[in-house]
Amino acid sequence: MMLKIILNKENIARFIFLAAAYVAVACVILICVFLFTQGVPPIAKIGLGDFLFGEKWKPSQNLYGILPMTLASIYTTVGAIVIGAPIGILTATFLSYFCPQWLYKVLKPMVNLMAGIPSIVYGFFGMAVLVPFVSYTFGGNGKALLTASILLGVMILPTIISVSESAIRSAQKSYYEGAVALGASHEISVFKVILPAAKSGIISSVILGIGRAIGETMAVVMVAGNQAIIPTDITRGARTLTSNIVIEMAEATDLHRAALIGTAVVLFVLVLIINLLFSVIKTRRKHV
Amino acid sequence: MSKSVILRSLVYLATGLTFFSLIGIVLYVLIGGIPYLSPELFSWNYNSENVSLMPSLVNTFLTVILSLVISVPIGILAAVFLIEYADLGVAAKSKIVRCFVSVIRIAADTLAGIPSIVYGLFGMLIFVTFFHWGYSLLAGGLTMAIMTLPVIQRTTEEALISVPMNYREGAFALGAGKLRTVTHVVLPTAIPGILSGVILAIGRVVGETAALIFTAGTVAQIPTSVFDSSRTLSVHMYNLSVEGLHTHEAMATGVVLLIVVVIINWLSELVANKIRPVK
Amino acid sequence: MENLTQENKNIRINIEDLNVYYGQKKALNAINMEIKENEITAFIGPSGCGKSTLLKCLNRMNDLVPDFNMSGKITLDGEDINKKYNINDLRKKVGMVFQKPNPFEMSIYDNIAFGPRVTGIKNKDELDKIVEESLKAASIWNDVKDNLKKSALALSGGQQQRLCIARAIAVKPEVLLMDEPTSALDPISTEAIERLCEELKEKYTIVIVTHNMQQAKRIADKTAFFYIGELVEFGETHDIFKNPKEKATHRYVKGKFG
Repeated sequence: MMLKIILNKENIARFIFLAAAYVAVACVILICVFLFTQGVPPIAKIGLGDFLFGEKWKPSQNLYGILPMTLASIYTTVGAIVIGAPIGILTATFLSYFCPQWLYKVLKPMVNLMAGIPSIVYGFFGMAVLVPFVSYTFGGNGKALLTASILLGVMILPTIISVSESAIRSAQKSYYEGAVALGASHEISVFKVILPAAKSGIISSVILGIGRAIGETMAVVMVAGNQAIIPTDITRGARTLTSNIVIEMAEATDLHRAALIGTAVVLFVLVLIINLLFSVIKTRRKHV
Repeated sequence: MSKSVILRSLVYLATGLTFFSLIGIVLYVLIGGIPYLSPELFSWNYNSENVSLMPSLVNTFLTVILSLVISVPIGILAAVFLIEYADLGVAAKSKIVRCFVSVIRIAADTLAGIPSIVYGLFGMLIFVTFFHWGYSLLAGGLTMAIMTLPVIQRTTEEALISVPMNYREGAFALGAGKLRTVTHVVLPTAIPGILSGVILAIGRVVGETAALIFTAGTVAQIPTSVFDSSRTLSVHMYNLSVEGLHTHEAMATGVVLLIVVVIINWLSELVANKIRPVK
Repeated sequence: MENLTQENKNIRINIEDLNVYYGQKKALNAINMEIKENEITAFIGPSGCGKSTLLKCLNRMNDLVPDFNMSGKITLDGEDINKKYNINDLRKKVGMVFQKPNPFEMSIYDNIAFGPRVTGIKNKDELDKIVEESLKAASIWNDVKDNLKKSALALSGGQQQRLCIARAIAVKPEVLLMDEPTSALDPISTEAIERLCEELKEKYTIVIVTHNMQQAKRIADKTAFFYIGELVEFGETHDIFKNPKEKATHRYVKGKFG
């Protein structure tokens, strides 16, 4: 009898749903275990300070400082957000509040297409079109931080657009109607009432965008120049953390290989910090 | 100029830029690649002469299917738990439940933020090395499954949230249990939203390069078992472009990639329209 | 004579000393009332008075609210609804129609067949029969009989609400709860629903929450007036509107507040 109560359909279903929800937790734990057990020892061996703040990455001389790469990753990501976030959010606003129905039917599939275009294709385009463009406009050989930022800014657009759009659409339409009823123009109502109401969704779209930008590898490798030196100028080349791994992993052995796994650990921690920062901001906003 | 006019112009400008870049990229690849779409590029077997993309195309489909077979059900079930059972459940106010739920959400957010190259290294460390599977379809597929899980989970959550509360009340009021309400009323209503997550996930697998190089490897043959290395289309394009000898073929591969993406998007749109009732 | 027959009607629902809390807030205070079969009982009162809360207690919809708490006893045919009934069985017996029409995103047919399918009916002919009967009972059969496969969302608001009534009837309930069923509808649809209520009361016990006093006057046999969580007065609709005993009732029905 007891068993029958425990084993009824509802409870079994609830258990399956619960178990599925914990798969994500299990994956995170697995990833942590594997990365940290193999990535932390080499960092300890090199010395945390020398690894994180070392300004020279020269595996041939046993110098494993990743500061140049860390800075390059941060700079390109910030650049990408500066370019991509406003454009993406505004485009999402257009799609949800300014776009006639017939045009939406054309544009929405285009956004989906944009999300589906492989990064390697973006990289190819960047190499063949953006690099010469930047070189022509700003001088240098065009393989630069700026180029990577522009390309990443474009690449994160579909993420920001679709997540923001659904957030904007799920904001209460009655708020908008209330604002219009008070005599506010269509534009003011959308920007002052709807967008703030959709804030948390828009923020998570930007988080996703940051995640994509900082984690992007192939497209960046193709346009950033990849010099492992501290970036001083946005028109000069730089090598991001991701590029560092993909460029050298194939030939690396021993400590060099371990140092690259260490690089992945740093990247991982960086992403964790970003996530944490944003969830703190998000929960604080909710409480206010 | 009034504030409204400025805001409107900004919105139009941003939209213009977005679609201008998209059209630019697509046209560039099409114009550059279409002239080089030769029949040899589609030979069943790859060799360094014909640099056929056919095996990679097949491998791409295999990888997509393998990964989604795992991540789609798990992601949907997990989202159902988070929204229908945890957020809307009777115990939603209990501190312990909230705590467990936030752990799950943080985990999913973390997964979503992990860069693909880190997935690549992780997949290599666990599947390729630790399990001794070597560079293989299975290692690649599983890595992609973990990578796409948060995409599915999050979009499904969003889709479930957008199902009106009174649908659930209506079902409960008819004497339907939680499970039936979820499976017969809430999930069907959420399908278009869930599908958009699946599209995103497929796009991520098709477009993935970094994570697959280190897990599925770069052998351009159709695998005979899940333990064979399998190069996907994106990896193929990457290999061709870094070798530098086959830039035109790389562009042609880009065209095929674009076509694959268009077909995927078109199919899901079709399915979404089929399922969504005619209004 | 007429009075006598009314007194002979059976008591279906009995509410004893009902207190309801949402967290710390008390929503209903010491409610006692009897609801009889084949009558329309209307709950009236200003918003926030607890009338909808009480209605939702009757089919335990409040169980969905996380910090809901109640004390006291509600019985249906003498059995405690919180103890003797499985929650889903209770809801099959006590159907509900909501303020806003809420047809599911399915065909008209599937909307009606949803409830019977929950009870395990799979036979196509049987389902067809139930669908037809229910739609007829809700006076919407003639509007939709030719396109049962069409999405329910394509119907007009008034049709949607009648569909929802049909959907509730399809489970063969004994009691029908209606939570301001016409507040989202136009006058013509409202009239149709009111007429429908009069017909349905022959077979069902109906409890209707309404903010529209004229509606209560038109269709209800009994009326209960609620104010800030208290049942102020309960009696024949005629008495409540013509000779209210309480001052608050008088002021409310005369439109002095609310």
